[in-house]
Amino acid sequence: MSQKIPKKTNGKAKPQGKEEENYILRLFITGILPNSARAIININAICEMYLKDRYELEIIDIYQQPSFAISEKIIAVPVLIKRFPLPEIRLIGDLSDIGSVLKGLHLIN
Amino acid sequence: MVKVKKLKKTESQFPKSLTGIQGFDDITNGGLPKYRPTILLGNAGSGKTIMAMEFIVNGITMNNEPGVFMAFEENTDELTTNVRSLGYQLNKHVAENNLYMEHVGMDQNENFETGKYDLEGLFVRIGQAIDKVKAKRVVLDSLDALFAGLDHQTLRSEFKRLFAWLKKKKVTAIITAEMGDAFTARQGMEEYVADCVIVLDNRVTNQITTRRLRIVKYRGSFHGNNEYPFLIDKKGITVFPIAVEALQQKISSQKISSGIKQLDEMLDNKGFYVGSSILISGTAGTGKTSIATAFALNVCKSKEPCLFCAFEEAPNQVIRNMRSIGIHLEPLIKSGMLSFYYARPTLQNLELHFISIKKMIKERKPGVVILDPITNLMTEGPNSDIRSMLTRFVDYLKTEQITVMFTAAITVGSIERNPSDEGISSMVDTWMMVQDIELDGERTRSLCVMKARGMNHSTEVRKFVISNKGIALIPIAGRESKNLAAVRRSIKEHENLATTNGSHGPKESARD
Repeated sequence: MSQKIPKKTNGKAKPQGKEEENYILRLFITGILPNSARAIININAICEMYLKDRYELEIIDIYQQPSFAISEKIIAVPVLIKRFPLPEIRLIGDLSDIGSVLKGLHLIN
Repeated sequence: MVKVKKLKKTESQFPKSLTGIQGFDDITNGGLPKYRPTILLGNAGSGKTIMAMEFIVNGITMNNEPGVFMAFEENTDELTTNVRSLGYQLNKHVAENNLYMEHVGMDQNENFETGKYDLEGLFVRIGQAIDKVKAKRVVLDSLDALFAGLDHQTLRSEFKRLFAWLKKKKVTAIITAEMGDAFTARQGMEEYVADCVIVLDNRVTNQITTRRLRIVKYRGSFHGNNEYPFLIDKKGITVFPIAVEALQQKISSQKISSGIKQLDEMLDNKGFYVGSSILISGTAGTGKTSIATAFALNVCKSKEPCLFCAFEEAPNQVIRNMRSIGIHLEPLIKSGMLSFYYARPTLQNLELHFISIKKMIKERKPGVVILDPITNLMTEGPNSDIRSMLTRFVDYLKTEQITVMFTAAITVGSIERNPSDEGISSMVDTWMMVQDIELDGERTRSLCVMKARGMNHSTEVRKFVISNKGIALIPIAGRESKNLAAVRRSIKEHENLATTNGSHGPKESARD
């Protein structure tokens, strides 16, 4: 089952600028295996800390929905795919290396 | 004829999956280990993808086993186009739900590593694929693509897991890889992971390409440690075991006419023995091809198929040349009685020519095979190789009771050694020599039967004349005997040379 965590709206207009762009993220996991469990914890933490109020995160279990594995060309798991902002980036692993996650998401240089 | 070893009792515990690949099931006594993964190694262009694809397609068409082909390098359209020349209709098999192909692409530019991961995504995809068509055969071609973007240590442990997983899935799998990242000798991964390891080699020596297949490992089964040469042609792969051809040769006392009445006269009035080997040697342009085609003509006219292997002149040239002496080959080709094998000698080495010829023999089942000239094939390779190859080839033909005629061009005159003879003259049953001679101030040719095992042959030297009426062998009259003596002398010298070339021990007599 996929779990959609919507961004909390607060009525205010979104400020312009690259750092404030909305992030659309998809995390592909495999059930409750250790790597996947860690990835879920880590992504939630990172999103709340660095992308508060400007992200959409979808978590998809490829055991439950295997067709996504094919359509998204998943090989390594867990994998976080950043759809927006462009370019599309894939981050493979349980996201425990926060530095590379942030680098990959272009949140730090 | 290749003898297939009977399976011993222990071997029967390991069921096998027939590949349908010519020759391969023979050398493995039944194909690949069933429900186990086989690693197929080889560098680029060695034929891995073709072999893997043939395994899958044959599984569908011959064994009713659906298959999955996970392509890591080519996409499925490229793959379909590439194998179309082999006659494989992948789209049809996909439509009938017997084949599932998926391209597994690795876009390494996009990958960032952020922690631990595994290859479960791949496992899920393969599992889905297998379930979709209820596959019994799976190919992963090739694993190297993954090494570019992913951590090698993770990959290696995941591959081990993959192989175990495939076993549980009850599929016979082929996993291809290049020698390199995935399977280096140092890592020795294949040793405890796969039950069977095969290596394909595509060597180029002296600008000649040789393909070889080697079974490095086949757990639980005896396998030859030899390298087996193989070909890839429009029908796919053919492997040929270099086994000793069974020497169970039947001897026939039937005779077959040479197609030249006067030559038959010189051969005890009967001609050649069926299943024997015949050599016509002579310097360039002495009419050897004419004799060979006259033989072919007669064979085909008696409703016996004939295979003419041309290594110097193209078939069209031979046909045109023979027309001028009244030998018409076209109707025989039309009727299918006469077939040509034509190959430039330097394209492949001698061994592979023999393999191709054997293939044609299996298809056409000729009673007579002609090789014109054999000497063109012998410019490459050490002499002992050539000799043993020829011997094996002749043995094979004898077993099949096929009569074979070779022509051989000998160089220069009588005193020079003729390395291209390669001692064939001592090996064959019948040997005739054609020479340019001067008779009464006129240049003409002579033919002499040097030897003919098992029959009373004439020792005459006859004048060999080719005209638009055909071939004639005219006895040389007495008044020309002075020249004849010189001719006889040179023939004797040739005899002695041939004996020296052909023997490794003390001199044998020229006549066997």
